Amino acid sequence: MNFANLFKIAVKALSNNKLRGFLTMLGIIIGVASVITMLAIGQGSKRSIQAEISEMGSNMIMIHPGGDRRGGVQLSADDMESLKLEDLEDIQTKTRYVTYVSPSVNSAGQAVNGANNTPTTVYGVNLDYLEIRRYRVDDGDTFTEQDIKTAAKVCLVGKTVVDELFPDGENPVGRVIRFGTIPFRIVGVLESKGYNSMGMDQDDLIIAPYTTVQKRILAITHLQEIICSALTEAYTDQAIDEISEILRENHRLKPSDEDDFSIRSQQEMASMLTSTTDMMTVLLAAVAGISLLVGGIGIMNIMYVSVTERTREIGLRMSIGAKGIDTLAQFLIESILISVTGGLIGVIVGVGAAIAVNLLAAFPIYIQPWSVFLSFAVCTLTGVFFGWYPAQKAAMLDPIEAIRYE
Amino acid sequence: MEEMEKKEVIRLENIRRNFQVGDETVHALRGISFTIREGEFVTIMGTSGSGKSTLLNTLGCLDTPTSGEYYLDGVSVRTMDKNQRATLRNRKIGFVFQNYNLLPKTTAIENVELPLMYNPQCKAAERRQRAIAALEAVGLGDRLMHKSNQMSGGQMQRVAIARALVNNPAVILADEATGNLDTRTSFEVLVLFQQLHAEGRTIIFVTHNPEIAQYSSRNITLRDGHITGDTPNEHILNAAEALARLPRQEDY
Ligand SMILES: Nc1ncnc2c1ncn2[C@@H]1O[C@H](COP(=O)(O)OP(=O)(O)O)[C@@H](O)[C@H]1O
Ligand SMILES: [Mg+2]
Repeated sequence: MNFANLFKIAVKALSNNKLRGFLTMLGIIIGVASVITMLAIGQGSKRSIQAEISEMGSNMIMIHPGGDRRGGVQLSADDMESLKLEDLEDIQTKTRYVTYVSPSVNSAGQAVNGANNTPTTVYGVNLDYLEIRRYRVDDGDTFTEQDIKTAAKVCLVGKTVVDELFPDGENPVGRVIRFGTIPFRIVGVLESKGYNSMGMDQDDLIIAPYTTVQKRILAITHLQEIICSALTEAYTDQAIDEISEILRENHRLKPSDEDDFSIRSQQEMASMLTSTTDMMTVLLAAVAGISLLVGGIGIMNIMYVSVTERTREIGLRMSIGAKGIDTLAQFLIESILISVTGGLIGVIVGVGAAIAVNLLAAFPIYIQPWSVFLSFAVCTLTGVFFGWYPAQKAAMLDPIEAIRYE
Repeated sequence: MEEMEKKEVIRLENIRRNFQVGDETVHALRGISFTIREGEFVTIMGTSGSGKSTLLNTLGCLDTPTSGEYYLDGVSVRTMDKNQRATLRNRKIGFVFQNYNLLPKTTAIENVELPLMYNPQCKAAERRQRAIAALEAVGLGDRLMHKSNQMSGGQMQRVAIARALVNNPAVILADEATGNLDTRTSFEVLVLFQQLHAEGRTIIFVTHNPEIAQYSSRNITLRDGHITGDTPNEHILNAAEALARLPRQEDY
C-alpha cells in the first residue's frame, strides 16, 4: 500500500476518535509548547543580560586594591591603598593589549542646586573613562586634560541628577552646583543609559576629574580602582596577564606572595551572571522534556489500545492482502501523525505563549530557531519510538486469530 | 464430461494439519484430497470440530498445512512465504465472513475498495470504478455512500460479497456467510451466490446447515478431519423460488 493511502487510513482512524486523539496529542502539545516557551524565556533573559553587560562598557577590566577576598582574611589599610598613580601610568605605557585606562575614585554625598538636592555619587576619572563605560556627552562638552592637571572644579552630570536638580527643565550646562561643600561647574550632560542588569541606575552619577575628587573631596593620593579596556574581548586574558605582571613588579611582590590587588573582567561578570540563567534554562528545558516523554508514553498507551480495539480490522486487512509491513506502517504513521500534529500545535502554542509572556509580563524572550526545530524533531522521534512497539505488535498478529477476535 | 474440460482452480493432495496443544497433537485435517474446477459452487459441511475452518484457512492461504500439496490456480502454495501468500490472497481470493468484518464508520464503496488498496497496480480511478461495478453486481448500486453502521445485516453481507468480488478472484471463500442472518435474508444472500455461480464464479461455502447444500452444485462432507462424502448435486434448488415461497414478513 502506498504512503498516500496509509496516510488517509491514519487520518480516518484519528477522525473516528477525535476526542481521544486530541487528548493524546495534548501531552505532546504541552510538552513541545513548554520546551519552546521555557527556552525562549531562558534565552531571552540571557540575551538581555548579555546586552546590558556589554552596554556597561567595552571589554572592561576592573582592578581593585587588595587580594582576592577569599577565606575571610582581614585586609590591612596598606592593602586597600596598594593602587598608585604610577601603576596607572605603567599600564598606560607598558601594555600591548590594553587600550583605554582610567583611574577611579568616588565619593557618595549630596548634590545641591539652590533648593533642590539629591543623594548621588561623584566619580573621579580621566577622559578614557567615557570610552570604557560608553558614556557619551549629550549636551555641552567633556572636561579637558588641562582640567585634570589643575584639578578644576568642573563636572559632567547624568540624566537622573539633572532631573532632580533642574526640575524646571533649564539648561544645566554652565550652571554651578555643589557636591558637599565643593562647587562644581557643569560642562556637559551625559546621554542616558538607563538601568543595568543589576538594577543600578547608570544615570545617577556625577563625573569629575580624578584629581579634583582626590584632592578636594577625599584628600587621598592612592586610587580606589583602575578600570581599562582590552583591545578586543578575545584579548581579555592576555591583557589581564600583562596588568598583573606590571602590578606585581611595581608592588615588589615576591613569587611566593599573593597578589595585593584583584582583577575582574566584564567577560567574567557576564559569564557569571549568565551561568545562572543557563542553569535555569537547562532545568526548565529538562522539566519540559520530561513532559514530552510523558506525552510519548501517552501515545504508546493509546496505540496499544487502538491495536487491541482494531484486532479484527487488522485480521481483515491481512486476509485481503495486507503484508506485515503494511500493518506496521499503518500504525506507525498513525502515531507519527498524532505526535507531529501535536508537535505543530505545540510549536504554535509555545511561540504564542512566549510572545504573550513578552507582551503581558514585559519579560525578554528569544525564540531560537533550533529550539523549535529540535523539539519538533524530538516529537517526531517520540512518535516513531513510542509507536513502534504497538505497531510491531499489530504486524505480528496471526490473521486467523485476529479476524475471529471478539 | 463437460466439467473435465474446465480449468482446475484448486487441487489438494493429501493435506494434513496438526496442532500441537501441550503434549498432545490435534489432527485437524487427516489427508484431504480434492480438486475444484472453475465455475463450481461447493458446500463444505460437517459438525463442529470436524475441520471446516482449518480447511478454509488452508484454502485461503492464511494457514500452511503440516504436509501435502496445495495448488491454487496452478501455483504451489506450500513453498510460499508470508508476504507471497499475502499477495496471493490479494489477487486470487475473495473472503466472505460470518460477521461481515466491514470497517466501522466507513462507506460501502470504501469498504469494497479496500482489497484494491493493497494492489499497487490498481490506481485510484480504476479502484473506484471497479468498486462501483462490484456494488452494482450485488444490488447496492444505490447505496454506495452508506456507512456500514447505517445498513442492515443483509446489506452488510452484500457489501462484504462485493468486497470479495472486486479483485476478480479465482475463488470466493465463504465461512458461514449466512450464519448471522435470518431465514429470509439468508435466502436473499443465497440468491446472490447462485447468481454469481451462474455468472461462472467458483465458490466454496462452508456451512453446518445441510439445507444450504441443496442450492450448490457439489457437497463435500467432513468428519474428524476426513472427507466422508463428496457428491455432485444433480438437483440444484433455485434460491429465488424458495425466497418467493417464504411467508412475507411483517413490515415495520
Ligand atoms: N489453532 C489451533 N490450535 C489447536 N487446535 C486447533 C486450532 N484450530 C483448530 N484446532 C482444532 O482442530 C479441530 C478442527 O477445528 P476447526 O477447523 O475449527 O473445526 P470446525 O470449523 O469444523 O468447527 C478442532 O478439534 C479444534 O479444536
Ligand atoms: Mg469453524
